[in-house]
Amino acid sequence: MALKIIVCAKQVPDTNEIKIDPIKKTLIREGVPSILNHDDSNALEEALKIKDIYPDTYITVVTMGPPQAKDMLIECMAKGADAGVLASDRALGGSDTWATSNALAAAIQKIGDFDIIFAGRQAIDGDTAQVGPQIAEKLNIPQVTYVEEFELDKNMKDITVKRALEDGYEIIKLQTPCMLTTIKELNVPRYMSISGIFDSCKKDIPTWGAKELNVDVEKEVGLDASPTNVYRSFTPAGKGKGIMIEADSEREAAQMLLINLKSKHVI
Amino acid sequence: MAIQVINDKCRGCKLCIKACPFEAIDMVGKIAVINEKCTACKQCITACPFDAIEKTEEAAATVDLTAYKDIWVFAEQRGGKLMNVALELIGEGYRLSREISDSTKVCAVLVGDNVDNLAQECFEYGADSVYVLQNPLLKNYTTDGYTKVMSDACREYKPEIVIFGATHIGRDLAPRVAARLGTGLTADCTRLDVKVATYIDYANKNTTLDTSTLDPNDTNTQLKQTRPAFGGNLMATIICPKTRPQMSTVRPGVMQKREQVAGAKGELRTVKVAVAETDIRTKVVEIVKSTKEIVSLTDANIICSGGRGLGDGSGFDLIKKFADKVGGVVGSSRAAVDAGWIDHSHQVGQTGTTVKPNIYFACGISGAIQHLAGMQSSDIIVAINKDPDAPIFEVADYGIVGDIYKVIPQIIEEWDNAEKLYDATTK
Repeated sequence: MALKIIVCAKQVPDTNEIKIDPIKKTLIREGVPSILNHDDSNALEEALKIKDIYPDTYITVVTMGPPQAKDMLIECMAKGADAGVLASDRALGGSDTWATSNALAAAIQKIGDFDIIFAGRQAIDGDTAQVGPQIAEKLNIPQVTYVEEFELDKNMKDITVKRALEDGYEIIKLQTPCMLTTIKELNVPRYMSISGIFDSCKKDIPTWGAKELNVDVEKEVGLDASPTNVYRSFTPAGKGKGIMIEADSEREAAQMLLINLKSKHVI
Repeated sequence: MAIQVINDKCRGCKLCIKACPFEAIDMVGKIAVINEKCTACKQCITACPFDAIEKTEEAAATVDLTAYKDIWVFAEQRGGKLMNVALELIGEGYRLSREISDSTKVCAVLVGDNVDNLAQECFEYGADSVYVLQNPLLKNYTTDGYTKVMSDACREYKPEIVIFGATHIGRDLAPRVAARLGTGLTADCTRLDVKVATYIDYANKNTTLDTSTLDPNDTNTQLKQTRPAFGGNLMATIICPKTRPQMSTVRPGVMQKREQVAGAKGELRTVKVAVAETDIRTKVVEIVKSTKEIVSLTDANIICSGGRGLGDGSGFDLIKKFADKVGGVVGSSRAAVDAGWIDHSHQVGQTGTTVKPNIYFACGISGAIQHLAGMQSSDIIVAINKDPDAPIFEVADYGIVGDIYKVIPQIIEEWDNAEKLYDATTK
């Protein structure tokens, strides 16, 4: 029996590359690349590692986002995923994590049977880590988050994972079907292959809107259905600029720094 | 759809496009059009000089919000020991409950096996009530077991607010509970408010938010949950207007514990829990405490952090030597962790640990926004970097432009002379 794996991924702006205009206090977005979210590339890699061992494994990557997110799905297929599905619709816009998980859970149900869902722990633009567990709740399957080691038994049913904790780890056993959210310690993502890039361009990526997903645009997805709303948003205020220590030598700079710290009674 | 462009008023000036953090506005012809990336953050409304963008009204409340009362804190325990964040959240819950009304209580919720002995500690740190949910099956944390008993208890007792520590357990449990209850959840909050006046006060002191549209006499006490978004580039305050409970996870190390009051008393409530072995679909085989060096960044008085400017991983030898000398703890930027120079447990920032030591030494750290988000409330920030234009200098109290490999050894050498040097300047 061939294993069916779903990978949940998100196309995100590379938040490391974002800067703030120091005068206008607005985000400078120009030239910020869109990338496959880091944790999600570990999710995909773990699925691909299973496929390396069991080549008849079928991997479907699912994402929700604007039409441009297709580029990311193509990248995932160029790495070795079999199919990609894009959930995209103006009616899905403004979804919070609860509504997003409704849309993705609906997409996964439409894809059909699955054994394992891998999702990145969190996306670097929102950093919530909520969508994975919320999809699992809606599909009524068990979950393990912060997975840093994964092992699938030969019976293709029993799974053992190592879950990272702040002060150590735990070893957890569970069975398919399940949701596992991945962190970067799990593996090292591979690059796209030349033949993969070639093949992926020929593949068709279906786009499913609210109608295809059969979700209620009033109650399940989109801004109005989302239980949380943005009340206000703003940029953090910068602290006033401090003192630049100028000295003729490193030694003198160090001394001046220590005098200042001492005068503040912090050392 | 919530954010709308009023086509008659739009002049096509594109200021909204510049202001939008999410690339959610396109120009179609000479009119701005909101696309599906919109998160209704309202940055465009503020930016528009022509009042051409508006937010349409939300649907009326469908749940009887008044049936919900009190603030619950998930008092996370591991191995029968309360986590520090539980005490911090009891402190924060105490503050919020008093702002809501005289009759609003802060309640600690203990889940586990034989955990009722932890109730006293919760009372001493400010809890008015402690709800105890115990069963041998709840001894170790499992997603299924804890989700079931927490969701059941929320349905029965109807708390108005439920807060969790944003730990690996809290961030696993809270989304599952929120999804089961069909309510909203806000992740990794760094600030909570209920009173509008307090929120205005906070915003005026710490942010660039224009508070003129907020009414300090507004009596609405819905939970205003402030969190960094977009890698810390933007702060967002989130509300949950239509459903209850209002739920948040809160970063450890951010909120204040109350002063411990020995012998404090409160109301102890034992909750009947319904959990069966078959409810729990995962099996915890083993829990291992890390043998790796425990990095307690949140408790550190001094943190010495290294970043990409170290050049290579061996630079952390110097940082370690520095930290040892000053009695500090080693921190790092995400770049240094991504480069594989140091373990993630040392990472300070939006995706690492939030810290506020007395002194934060940023060594060879450029100061990406996501790093600043995790350390800018430190009392004193010292930045050492060879690039005079590095953004870290914008937040530093003291900056030294120079080679870290030359400057730090001098600080180490002179450290013990600080008193003498200072005395010499005052004479």
